[in-house]
Amino acid sequence: MTSAPGIWAITRRSLVKDLRLEWRSKDAINSMLFFALLVVVIFSFGFDPTAEESRKIAGGLLWVAILFATVVALNQTWTRELRNQVLDAYRLSPAPPQALFISKTVGNFIFVSVLEVLMVPLFVVFYNLRSVGPLWQLLAVALLSTWALVVNGTFFAALSIRTRSREIMLPLILFPISIPALLAMVDATTSILTGDNSPIFWIRLLAVYDLVFTTVCLLLFEPVLNAE
Amino acid sequence: MKNLFNILVVLTLVLLGYGFAQAMYIAPTEATMGDVQRIFYYHLPSAWVAFLLFFVNFLASTWYLIRRSNGADALALASAEVGVSFCTIVLLTGPIWARPIWGIWWTWDARLTSTLVLWLIYVSYLVLRNYATGGQVPVLAAALGIFGFVDVPIVYMAIRWFRTQHPQPVIGGGQGSGLHPAMWVAVLWNLAAFVMLAVLFVWTRYKQALAEKALEEAHAQASLDYETEDAQ
Repeated sequence: MTSAPGIWAITRRSLVKDLRLEWRSKDAINSMLFFALLVVVIFSFGFDPTAEESRKIAGGLLWVAILFATVVALNQTWTRELRNQVLDAYRLSPAPPQALFISKTVGNFIFVSVLEVLMVPLFVVFYNLRSVGPLWQLLAVALLSTWALVVNGTFFAALSIRTRSREIMLPLILFPISIPALLAMVDATTSILTGDNSPIFWIRLLAVYDLVFTTVCLLLFEPVLNAE
Repeated sequence: MKNLFNILVVLTLVLLGYGFAQAMYIAPTEATMGDVQRIFYYHLPSAWVAFLLFFVNFLASTWYLIRRSNGADALALASAEVGVSFCTIVLLTGPIWARPIWGIWWTWDARLTSTLVLWLIYVSYLVLRNYATGGQVPVLAAALGIFGFVDVPIVYMAIRWFRTQHPQPVIGGGQGSGLHPAMWVAVLWNLAAFVMLAVLFVWTRYKQALAEKALEEAHAQASLDYETEDAQ
């Protein structure tokens, strides 16, 4: 008899499965990318900014576009598992629920990161951006912010698939909780782009937010997954 | 139990009446703001009661996840609903006071913004409860209740920093410093009255939520019995 695979082996296998599915279908990435592109175009019609103004508002626009696009991807996270009762099968299996949660979160993290890598150049072109502050800080902000959106988003997506009109439900419960993270990511980005203030406080806040909510998600995922 | 409830009702009404007299007639008129300031005696107690109820919601949610008791879930629901109502009073009485004193209805000041975000979080909790279906509601709601409460200090820190970095749009209006002792009396009486009122509301809603649950289970049992009769 072979011994049961550990939590990391299960996480890795589940993640590889999700990435392979996404690679073959490109469902999440395509819809996210097109959606974010639409938001960027509509925003530029709505605000019609000059280069100087755009540096001040670009942080907000970029993160709002990414937030909306992330919701599109998050909604697909678990619906895929509802078909053919995959989720029920997972609940019956002895695999730790945390492994499923981590793999889904990391999967979404990768999708949203790819989106950001594709979106940022677009933003730079459309809004004539040139950063005044150091760019490496933007990378830290991007990584922490993406995790902040994705970790709670994946958890709340698991909540919202149990409700009526689930696609509407996810932003309704995700946005209020995410307000401090959004405030931090927007203000940090704006501070770096304009070079006016130091973003260090916001980067710390994002780190604390990530740490706290990753812990809460891991603790609470099991009862939520098994809720009848 | 029934008697205790009735005594509480009478006591609350008396306290509310006395608190009203204190706030409207007995407390001295504020020197610069005039009578408008008297709304403060309802504003502040509502805020404290709302925060207290959100804390109760957190405790009840945690208790539910540990023990899975129907009572804890009913208490979580009741405290969230009543808490949101009191928080709404805070958000309504604030602008009514601010308009004549500050000249504007609303400003994105630290306290106003944090209270609004708090209100949004607990409204989303109630929305989830309304939209979730079946027996899983309590677990999902309890999870969100814990998320919401954990978020509160982070919201507070973020918004305070956000607002201290930028200049305040409106100067002054700080209530905290130097409240006249006679004003404190009015605040405390109204606080007592509002806490009692909140206890009454939560109690009533708690009973009702438990009754709803019992009714649901009775319905489910009845339809089960009916089906087995049919089968025989």
